[in-house]
Amino acid sequence: MAKEYPTKISARDFSVFYGPKQALFDISLQIPQNRVTAFIGPSGCGKSTFLRSINRMNDLIDGATGQGALTVDGIDVYDKSVNVSVLRRKIGMVFQKSIPFPKSIYENITYGLTLLEKVSRSELDHIVEQSLRRAALWDEVKDRLHHSAMGLSGGQQQRLCIARAVAVNPEILLMDEPCSALDPISTGKVEELITELKDTYTIVLVTHNMQQAARVSDYTGFFLMGRLIEFDRTRTLFTSPAKKETEDYITGRFG
Amino acid sequence: MKHTFTQDLGISKRLLGFVAVATAATAAVAVLGILLGMFGQFLAEGGPSITWDFITDFPRNSNTEGGIFPALAGTTFLVLLMTLMGVPVGTATAIYLTEFARQDSRFARSVRFAVNTLAGVPSIVFGLFGVGFFVQFVGVGIDAATGSVAFGDGSLLWSSATLAVLTLPVVIVSVEEALRAVPRELREASLALGATRWQTITKVVVPNATSGILTGSILAVGRGAGEVAAILFVGVTYSSEVLPSAVTDKFMHLGYHLYVLATQSPDVEATMPLQYATTIVLLALTFLLNFTAIFVRSRLSTR
Repeated sequence: MAKEYPTKISARDFSVFYGPKQALFDISLQIPQNRVTAFIGPSGCGKSTFLRSINRMNDLIDGATGQGALTVDGIDVYDKSVNVSVLRRKIGMVFQKSIPFPKSIYENITYGLTLLEKVSRSELDHIVEQSLRRAALWDEVKDRLHHSAMGLSGGQQQRLCIARAVAVNPEILLMDEPCSALDPISTGKVEELITELKDTYTIVLVTHNMQQAARVSDYTGFFLMGRLIEFDRTRTLFTSPAKKETEDYITGRFG
Repeated sequence: MKHTFTQDLGISKRLLGFVAVATAATAAVAVLGILLGMFGQFLAEGGPSITWDFITDFPRNSNTEGGIFPALAGTTFLVLLMTLMGVPVGTATAIYLTEFARQDSRFARSVRFAVNTLAGVPSIVFGLFGVGFFVQFVGVGIDAATGSVAFGDGSLLWSSATLAVLTLPVVIVSVEEALRAVPRELREASLALGATRWQTITKVVVPNATSGILTGSILAVGRGAGEVAAILFVGVTYSSEVLPSAVTDKFMHLGYHLYVLATQSPDVEATMPLQYATTIVLLALTFLLNFTAIFVRSRLSTR
């Protein structure tokens, strides 16, 4: 695999257990910086588990443990010295079900910013505008920043969640099926956004939609039953997969 | 066998269906009837006695005349103080159980078991506990340590504390329910932005559960307001010329007043209208609190 971009996230023999049940088996891969990396695979294959291991959201599940090495910028995220709050600020996350906080649009964006320190009003104003512009939402909401975010459409809410995530200035964006609840037009907007955002962020995307992976990602990993079957440039993986399982999946023979 | 949609089920099956429906409907009508009959009787017997003076006057002539103002005031003070003591503890317990404890841990299961057991304990037992623990142990202890004499006897303070313990299960269960109703996605979104668990609880979880916490408090108040047995030995008084001026004072209470009117009066027959009127006030207070709870809850679920 040729690599012209430096590695941002790296896993070596990384496994995850939920109690006695093993969910991920010896995952090894290197995710390049400022690219879009997609994970595909059938439901329950472990792609979301891997994604949620990167910012340690799996810590929230009773009995979940990781094994092996998972590093971001060369630092093991499961090291004892790692402050999870700081780690998660560096690694933004966008969820499948985009639920804004039941607060105003403005407060949704500033939520993450004001957790650590006091930020001046003018700086907040600036970051709110910048984040909303980056999420391609500014023009639609600039006149109602102080209205409830619950009044936005589903697609707008998802872009608000992206704006909320980029507001804290992360380096990585993890996206867990960000379009699965959206209509095709909203999906198109989010996909466009992903392509624009990769100049600034390293993006890791979990998707059920193979066409989406093919459209927006530079690299793709195929997960099956907790194992990473194949990881390659997206074009290579979709046009000449090395493994039989990959070929079966992308040609629609199962999953 | 040939199937038709007009096939007769037979007389026995049709009869069974009719009897079942009739029985269920009769039971439902009976319940409604009992309730309406009760209200009707209360209103007919006590309604004329409910006057402005009845609400705002002190009782006179060994409770056979006059009003129920000190009992109404005492009940109000009691439930307010009870809420101040019980709701914070109950809320904190519920937050611990839902947000921090491992759900299968021995400790969490023990606390849940304790809550369920508390909910089933007869209220008179709480009353005895109130005397034994709050008055005899805590109160006498405070008096011994400070040289005062105010705490070692039944009072508004210890009655409120006893009721707070009694209503704790109601608060814990309803607050837990409210906290669990906060979508997981909101918690995760907050944590993913770098919020600590505690920040997530104070900034996202509790604000989103406010209505539920409020509902729990009101239900607890409703339960506490009508409770008599638990405060019987812990500071409620037969009659009083003055309102309590300190938490260590004794107080009058609507429910207990009713008991006094019905059993301890020199002329029980003469106080009948007052008994019914007191009942109406007590019921009105309890219903008001319950309806507030229902209203708050419906607001919560439609938001």
